[in-house]
Amino acid sequence: MAQHQVNYASAAGLPIALTSVDKLVNWGRSNSLWPLTYGLACCAIEMMAAGASRYDFDRMGTIFRASPRQADVMILAGTLSKKHSEFARRLYDQMTEPKWVISMGSCANTGGMFNTYATVQGVDRIVPVDIYLPGCAPRPETLQYALMMLQKKIRRESANMNNNTKQNLRLV
Amino acid sequence: MRKYTPKDNVQKKAYYTDRYWVAPRVPREAVEEGSHFAAVADAMKAFAKESYIEVGQLVIHIDPTENFEAIKTLKEQCGYTQCSEQSAVDYLAQDGEFELFYQFLNINEAKRVRIVCRIKEGEAIESIVPLFNSASFAEREMYDMFGIKVNNHPMLKRLIMPDDWEGHPLLKTYPLQGDEFASWYEVDKIFGKEYRDVIGPENRDPSRIERYDTKRFSRVGYEVPFDADISEGEKPNPIEYSETVLVDYNKDSGKQLEERR
Repeated sequence: MAQHQVNYASAAGLPIALTSVDKLVNWGRSNSLWPLTYGLACCAIEMMAAGASRYDFDRMGTIFRASPRQADVMILAGTLSKKHSEFARRLYDQMTEPKWVISMGSCANTGGMFNTYATVQGVDRIVPVDIYLPGCAPRPETLQYALMMLQKKIRRESANMNNNTKQNLRLV
Repeated sequence: MRKYTPKDNVQKKAYYTDRYWVAPRVPREAVEEGSHFAAVADAMKAFAKESYIEVGQLVIHIDPTENFEAIKTLKEQCGYTQCSEQSAVDYLAQDGEFELFYQFLNINEAKRVRIVCRIKEGEAIESIVPLFNSASFAEREMYDMFGIKVNNHPMLKRLIMPDDWEGHPLLKTYPLQGDEFASWYEVDKIFGKEYRDVIGPENRDPSRIERYDTKRFSRVGYEVPFDADISEGEKPNPIEYSETVLVDYNKDSGKQLEERR
């Protein structure tokens, strides 16, 4: 039978859970990854499907934000043309730290089938990428899995971003 | 001797050529008497150098200096009130000329007419924007892709490529994978030229494997720790599957000759 009032002080201990700062901070970060609403090509359709009710990113705490100032994750979904690369980098720069990048699909990973003069041959030429997600286009499940991998990666990281190896690799 | 490759058409690359292949030609028919096209051809008589019917369309070859007058006549007298497309074809390697074409539609008659003219490299063409607003973007695209200047265009600047782009990509002399400027464009623009060394050249080889790179390549069945050094003192000997393996024939040939002697 449920008690009217729990007397913590008289029980085994106080209502305290011990953890490290890293774990607590990363718990918060990894469970509210807000990606930027940023579709470049046909992969964006799969990204939209992943965000909609059938696959439902919301249950993972992932809500698409329409502003880079409020976003943690940039999902580069599709072919990045050289003309657009400048603006993609500017959006990345406008995101607040800590921030992560998912490169979604063959075109974003390597340029894919667009082996031409006008396509950036891999978005890692302009932004540091955390997760490369294969497929052309990847299914929504793949994007979900990538996001879960990113969560795992964040939970492994130090809460202080300066201690992470990625920080040293970051350009500029 | 190395096989000569023509420099004026670097995009042309045949993987297989049939010796007995004859390219099919679209038949050109004469304009029938009393048809709608006969009336159009009659109205355009002053401008037409040659006119015939190709796949149900009237094709009229005109002089490039008279393009505005000819198209004005076509619009006002023949009722061709839509300019659906305008562009050019690069025949510089073949004839030293561009072929410009204008595609028109007569909605009442459901007929199409193509106006064709040829200009030399460096020559300009008169804009038809006063007649057809839809030609504005088409002419800008033609300028962007071929570098053909259009006189009296309201705003002649690049349409598809960035404003600071160098070169005109649809020319046959423009390589498909881009020139030096194109390959460093995003790096130069975002980080500056001094970052070229940090980021490195583009990898155009999709099957490149770096043998001693244990960060980005895994050895299935022979797993090693992440970022472990597995070279064991060997010199770097990257495995190349690229089509274009650069071999410096001149560098070693002299040496081998001396050894043979």
